Amino acid sequence: MSASIPAGATATAQSRTDAPLLEVDGLTVHLPVEGAQRDVLRDVSFGIRAGEALGLVGESGSGKSMTARAIDRLLPDGAEVEGAIRFEGRDVGTLAGADLRAFRGRVAMIFQDPRAHVNPVRRIGDFMTEALRTNLGVPTSTAERRAVHMLAQVGIDDGERRLRQYPHELSGGLLQRVMIAAALLTEPRLLLADEPTTALDVTTQAEVMAILHDLRREFDLAMLFITHDLELAAAVCDRTVVMYAGQIVEVRSSALLHGDPLHPYTAALAAARPDIGQTSRRLRAIPGRPLSAFEAPPGECAFAPRCPHVVDECRAGVPDIVELDGGRSRCVRARELRGRLGVSSDG
Amino acid sequence: MLLASLLVASFVIFAAMYLAPGNPIAALSGGRSLPPDSLRILEQRYHLNEPFLVQYWYWLRNVLHGNLGISITLRENVSTLIASRIWTTAGLVLYASIIILTIGIGLGVLSGLRHGALDTSTLVVTGISAAIPAFVAAIVLILLFAVKLGWFPALGNGTSFLSNVRHLTLPAFALAVSSLAIVARVTRASVREESTREHVQTAVSRGIPTRQVIWRHVLRNAAIPVTTISGITIASLIALAAVVEVAFSLNGLGAYLVGSAQSKDLAVVQGISLVLVTAFVVVNMLVDILYAVLDPRVSLGGRAE
Amino acid sequence: MSATAATLPTETTHRRSAWSLLKSTGPAGIAAAAVIAIATLVAIFGSLVAPFDPTTSDLSLSWVAPTGGHLLGFDGQGRDLLSRLLAGARTSLLGPLAVVILCMLAGTILAVTAAWRRGAVDAAISSGLDIMFAFPGILLAVLAAAVFGAGLLAAAIALAIAYTPYVARVLRGAALKERSQQYVSALEVQGASATSICMRHLIPNMLPLIVAQSTILFGYAMVDLAAISFLGLGVQPPNPDWGVMISENQPGIFQGYPLSALLPGLCIVLVVVAFNVLGERLFEQAQKARQ
Repeated sequence: MSASIPAGATATAQSRTDAPLLEVDGLTVHLPVEGAQRDVLRDVSFGIRAGEALGLVGESGSGKSMTARAIDRLLPDGAEVEGAIRFEGRDVGTLAGADLRAFRGRVAMIFQDPRAHVNPVRRIGDFMTEALRTNLGVPTSTAERRAVHMLAQVGIDDGERRLRQYPHELSGGLLQRVMIAAALLTEPRLLLADEPTTALDVTTQAEVMAILHDLRREFDLAMLFITHDLELAAAVCDRTVVMYAGQIVEVRSSALLHGDPLHPYTAALAAARPDIGQTSRRLRAIPGRPLSAFEAPPGECAFAPRCPHVVDECRAGVPDIVELDGGRSRCVRARELRGRLGVSSDG
Repeated sequence: MLLASLLVASFVIFAAMYLAPGNPIAALSGGRSLPPDSLRILEQRYHLNEPFLVQYWYWLRNVLHGNLGISITLRENVSTLIASRIWTTAGLVLYASIIILTIGIGLGVLSGLRHGALDTSTLVVTGISAAIPAFVAAIVLILLFAVKLGWFPALGNGTSFLSNVRHLTLPAFALAVSSLAIVARVTRASVREESTREHVQTAVSRGIPTRQVIWRHVLRNAAIPVTTISGITIASLIALAAVVEVAFSLNGLGAYLVGSAQSKDLAVVQGISLVLVTAFVVVNMLVDILYAVLDPRVSLGGRAE
Repeated sequence: MSATAATLPTETTHRRSAWSLLKSTGPAGIAAAAVIAIATLVAIFGSLVAPFDPTTSDLSLSWVAPTGGHLLGFDGQGRDLLSRLLAGARTSLLGPLAVVILCMLAGTILAVTAAWRRGAVDAAISSGLDIMFAFPGILLAVLAAAVFGAGLLAAAIALAIAYTPYVARVLRGAALKERSQQYVSALEVQGASATSICMRHLIPNMLPLIVAQSTILFGYAMVDLAAISFLGLGVQPPNPDWGVMISENQPGIFQGYPLSALLPGLCIVLVVVAFNVLGERLFEQAQKARQ
């Protein structure tokens, strides 16, 4: 990880109000899976303030991508949504037509695999300026100028030439930068980043993270950063949300997350990652495999089957969120286990 | 690559003379007995006393100069005989192509974008039509539209341009039926697949209006495999036209080819085969060019399968 | 950690019984297979089961509608239509069978050789196949008829030659994929010869695709051969063959007796649809098996 990003760096507080920019309230999503409607998200609630970076961490099936898609109204056909998503105070679910398009200009999303997400038969210039030309009526020459400027901001200097090229002529890392630049052209207030660096090699990963960090500060951009990498999220975001089986299990400020987690799952995630500074005799894997929301046993804590701290009470019902020390945890034993879940040296 | 095909094809066509039982003279004359001066003329024209490859060279040179030999049965230049019939075939193929492209692609796009009744019925109908050979379709169409309903003439060519079109309508549809079904199916599959691609999601997430997403991202990309299959089917029409021409008694190249094959007029068969194969290769070339234009990832000459 | 002795697998794909493969094609596939089975039976036993002699002609009975024991009436030459349809199944189905067998044999050999040897051999074979693509099947068959005289054999061989490049290309892709599987290198290391690996492992693992391709190909061959017979360059009249029958009885359409031309057409379409449906389903199964 690049040392130039201080852990938990916060954007300069400029035009931040106390009302959250994005509010997710009791979001529950059902999707048709093999014929039946199944849960993929259960009672997800969190908020992001203007300029804040929130990490969303989870393994596959945890629902992190689905959350981002729900926010951006990109759920597949047949999805049923309960709960509310409010952006700048307005309910996202009720937006339509021009309002919806305006919303999409203010919330941008970048995806994991840039090559799959950029139309291979159109030039980069076309890709980047499409939203500007279509929705905002910006004339082509102006749009292209802005695109070149934005490309320079993400570290691509020969922007004019790049605009004429096709996606297959660019490397994965370059293409991801182009996608980021394109996303920012409409001057969004919130960036949804769905595992933007997972498909890239480590060096490129660090570069892209640095770019995101700089851009966030410059444009006072809020960000929802989705990843499976707890350390990465903690290093880049102010706060981190941990998801498991379609539910939020912990919300914590990133600085405290690693040393003082509030939920056994977070602790297990942190412990499972090998630390280069320590030698350990064994790698600590979490027994079992991650579950989707609809695979989790109903009526009990979803993590119970794999939790080292499980007791009978965990199986009595789905645990409620507990507020603790500025963070939140969905564990019946949260208060009890407080302080004892931190990563200890191997043993 | 395609030019190499053409060359090899011309070689095969030429060599057909030698594949027949007996000597080339027998093949050229179709087993008829000829007076001695005719035999001498044949020998000179085809340079039969020279080595095989030299003969091929002379023959090829003649062909490139437009000299395709003489018909044994009609005693006329093959080139002239072809020229008088080529427009019927060309018109037929063009007419059928238009039908295939408009109805086939149109149907494929509509059923690819929507789900439900239109889609299922399209699948069933195209499934059956794809299996209807052109001559069976010809029979059915003649029965329905010519004999029973009398809307269109059944046989023959027609005299003026408009009556030509009328006469070619049923044949064009007969020719187009099964190809139309194939193109519709491939188009549908291609549009379906393209609409689920991730780059389409990117466009949606940026608020691009649906109509534009469909045109610029789904259809534009789906056009690539559709072009390939359209090209292949249209190219195949060139040979298939023969069957339809016979069924409708049209005076085209295909019918003439069949007739000459039956009367063993080899020079004519060779001539027409050459023309048809050339047309086939030209269509394939055009498809290759179009494909390279549509897909910037592909350089000219490389058509991904 | 215990060291595990590596037992190299000799087969990576499990073979399905023909019956389970058929079941997996769904109700449409099974219905199609049933139609094909019936057609095959008719092709083999047709002339034995036919109520009348398909070649006996009585011109005074031309175009007569169904009467007496003649369930479908008579054709233009006064021959019993039903008997001709039953007897005609033989050539209508046998021809395509010959084409498919020849073509799949040649295609498999070419594809496997190209995939196995790779390099220059593959390039040569592939270029050769690409060049041959320019010949439409019907055209080659017409040329063959002009040179060798009209007949089913010449037409069938011509079609087989014309289809081979297409088949070889499809199979080559699959063969290349199989070739790069680990069990192949394992066998090579164990000293097995190229021929034995190909014959006992490579080709059997390609069998689902070969079967699917053959089925689809049968449909094409049947259509093309019937067209050639219709043109008078394949099976010759007065032999009963569905393609020939359509050509013979076409005048009947104008005279108000369409049955004898339509029914052979219907038979052709039915059988071809069955082969197409079954072939498509088998193809899907073959794709799934390779993943």
